[in-house]
Amino acid sequence: MEPQLGFIEKSFDLRYSDLVREALDELPDCFTITDPCICGHPIVFASKGFLKMVGYSKDEVIGRNGRIFQGPETDRRSVMEIREAIREEKAIEISLLNYRKDGTPFWMLFQMCPVFSKEDGRVINFVGVQVPILRKLRLSGNGIVRSEMSLREAGNGAREILFRCCRSEVCSDSILELGHASCLESVSSNDDREFDINEPCEASELEKTKASTAISNILSVLTHYSELTGKLVCRKRYCLSGNRQLGASLNICLGRIKQSFVLTDALLPDMPIVYASEGFLKLTGYSRHEVLGRNCRFLSGTDTDPTAQFQMKECIQYQQACTVRILNYRKDRTSFWNFLHISPVRNASGKVAFFVGIQIDDHCKNHETNSLSPEMQQLSVVGAVKVAVRSLSMGASTS
Amino acid sequence: MILSIKRVPTVVSNYQKEEAEEGARHATGCGRNCLRSCCLPGAKLPLYAFTKMGNVVGEKGSFDIENKEPPVNFLDSLLLGEWEDRMQRGLFRYDVTACETKVIPGEYGFIAQLNEGRHLKKRPTEFRVDKVLQPFDENKFNFTKVGQEEVLFQFEGREDNEVQFFPNEPIDIDNSPSVVAINVSPIEYGHVLLIPRILECLPQRIDRESFLLALYMAVEAGNPYFRLGYNSLGAFATINHLHFQAYYLATPFPIEKAPSKKITTTTGGVKISDILNYPVRGLVFEGGNALEDLSNVVSDSCICLQENNIPYNVLIADCGKRIFLFPQCYAEKQALGEVSSELLDTQVNPAVWEISGHMVLKRKEDYEEASEENAWRLLAEVSLSEERLQEVKELIFEAICCNMDEEIVTRVMKDESDVTPQSHDDMDGLKGSRPAMVPA
Ligand SMILES: Cc1cc2nc3c(=O)[nH]c(=O)nc-3n(C[C@H](O)[C@H](O)[C@H](O)COP(=O)(O)O)c2cc1C
Repeated sequence: MEPQLGFIEKSFDLRYSDLVREALDELPDCFTITDPCICGHPIVFASKGFLKMVGYSKDEVIGRNGRIFQGPETDRRSVMEIREAIREEKAIEISLLNYRKDGTPFWMLFQMCPVFSKEDGRVINFVGVQVPILRKLRLSGNGIVRSEMSLREAGNGAREILFRCCRSEVCSDSILELGHASCLESVSSNDDREFDINEPCEASELEKTKASTAISNILSVLTHYSELTGKLVCRKRYCLSGNRQLGASLNICLGRIKQSFVLTDALLPDMPIVYASEGFLKLTGYSRHEVLGRNCRFLSGTDTDPTAQFQMKECIQYQQACTVRILNYRKDRTSFWNFLHISPVRNASGKVAFFVGIQIDDHCKNHETNSLSPEMQQLSVVGAVKVAVRSLSMGASTS
Repeated sequence: MILSIKRVPTVVSNYQKEEAEEGARHATGCGRNCLRSCCLPGAKLPLYAFTKMGNVVGEKGSFDIENKEPPVNFLDSLLLGEWEDRMQRGLFRYDVTACETKVIPGEYGFIAQLNEGRHLKKRPTEFRVDKVLQPFDENKFNFTKVGQEEVLFQFEGREDNEVQFFPNEPIDIDNSPSVVAINVSPIEYGHVLLIPRILECLPQRIDRESFLLALYMAVEAGNPYFRLGYNSLGAFATINHLHFQAYYLATPFPIEKAPSKKITTTTGGVKISDILNYPVRGLVFEGGNALEDLSNVVSDSCICLQENNIPYNVLIADCGKRIFLFPQCYAEKQALGEVSSELLDTQVNPAVWEISGHMVLKRKEDYEEASEENAWRLLAEVSLSEERLQEVKELIFEAICCNMDEEIVTRVMKDESDVTPQSHDDMDGLKGSRPAMVPA
């Protein structure tokens, strides 16, 4: 577990320096930061307020996807909206029902926004802010007993308690919990109070403002610390041209694929790499910025067989799939036999827009009998890439 | 009077066209490597065995911190890999990724695809649309006649704790495996057919076990963009051999964006809602204390519809977390001559995918002029009227309630100490009061 968590946090520290955590911890809000480039799109930072609110420890949250806070009553349509916002790399604001570790549900206003790399426009992180919303309590049949309004009228004090429930000092006996306790009581006799957690919940303007302010504060911290490492981030992306934009956006759809593969842009001269998987970087020893924009031939070297190269060239020219075994070189100049499959990938207009190349180190091509064969694994990456590219280029994203 | 419509049947297998020339063939194999007794002896296929875990629907997405491993969905990879393999082997009638597709601008984002090849070379055939349940007819095309190369893998549930995969497993003839086969006229990437207990030659008719299998497939794939669909006879199923369809499309379907309003929650925790603001009226089912609760409520609803001779379509979306049910009457209207020629000319058959908002168009002009308004107009014709739906809902609720009463009674009898039955007619169980189930 440790090495995994270490790896997950490291990518964050590399971009923002090790000092960023301390600065973020000073913010009082409930928020999490995720890394869409890591397999499974895990949380890489969770604020103290957030951990307090959900009742999990830091280690239980880092490395996991934000969906672990969802439960049986979480509205699936809202979850879908979040999923689409992530896929389209857009900001979103939505009320969502989540669950604490002890299983109690609570409503929160969820605001999320992407953070872009200034250099190449790719999404680096997502920031999610969770502001708890105060719920109405109902007497079954008899309308509202203690409404949000009446609480609000009880003065700012009541709301203060609620806000503070996500700060570290106050928590377990906040109003939310009290509300929930009384709902549990209602179980025993049916004509008692019922707290219908199902009912959609609207956040107040105050809560919305609180969320936006938190997002701005977090972003200014991130921006500031990215300046320290020189790997600048920003909230707005600059515009990329069609296919390049697509290449950048594929990150999120393809992030969960562990195999080594690259996508090259078939519409640009000399077919530069527009996407390189984590597995590819591990296999070849290069870092992402060293390979993006380059043609794959830098993997070849002195002893590479020209006929294999020719074979690939021909397949690409005729837009056909092919498999070759070719001698390639890592960054450290050590060589490996690359069992390489290449396939054209069409966009939504039906035109070949990319080629995908999946590498397998022939040396490690050990095939456990009860798993997919290496060939099948390559083909499944081709399939996943085709689905992602086709759908992402369908355009006209809707409201 | 018999109601029927003429339509071009979809070619789902490369062996379907030979239907007419089919004669008696001999025992040493028909030479096509099919799935009948002539060719089955010695045949092998990959086998994917999932675990019947009986837990809450799909906490699959979250990975155990214990496990370290991020989610890699095996079934997803298997299906994509095998499908791409068949594509590279040239088994499909066309490359579906070469068919142009787009999201139609508008509030719902209907999806249009131009597919000029799908219905080529086939003559329209007469389809009877006034009987939702019809007996299996051995003489017509059925999936035992497909070639083994069109079958991707066997799919079965086991009591084990772990998913198991066998790359090359003999087909157990006595156990009639469920299989996943390609549709050689795909409407999107990964278009497959799930054929429950294929050798039993079941007619197109939902039963609890088969529906649960389909639901498991959605859960196992663990990909919200992989959905399963079902068309009953009379609701544009063309082959009377029990099958579900499925494919990948990584964008939301309009139906998934439609708001809904809760009607009730069953004692098993299944929430049933009306679909709102959508041209086709219908119901959404979600939740359930166990996957089987959800599955049973939906299959009981389907069984009720088919027994009442009401054609319907089902969409299993969101990794099995949401299921949409649409009773429909388009084919009946069409047979009675009540559909405008303008709509008929588009030759769009409103089956489950079209109803869900994915329109496959055969004519370039329809594709170019596709608008939310057009899609809406077509789908509005598919829908039951508000009044009729009300009647149908009453039938459904009656059926579900009866079944639930029975189940509670049997459960109580089996284990008296464990189950405290809720009031039988209180369908609106105390949902919010149940302890929440979250992955810990
Ligand atoms: C920065 C960030 C924070 C998130 N925080 C939460 C959260 O606190 N609660 C929650 O239910 N979902 C949260 N999510 C959403 C889920 O991670 C996931 O994206 C969502 O469930 C939709 O996608 P899925 O279909 O993969 O589950 C967060 C997402 C991001 C990007």
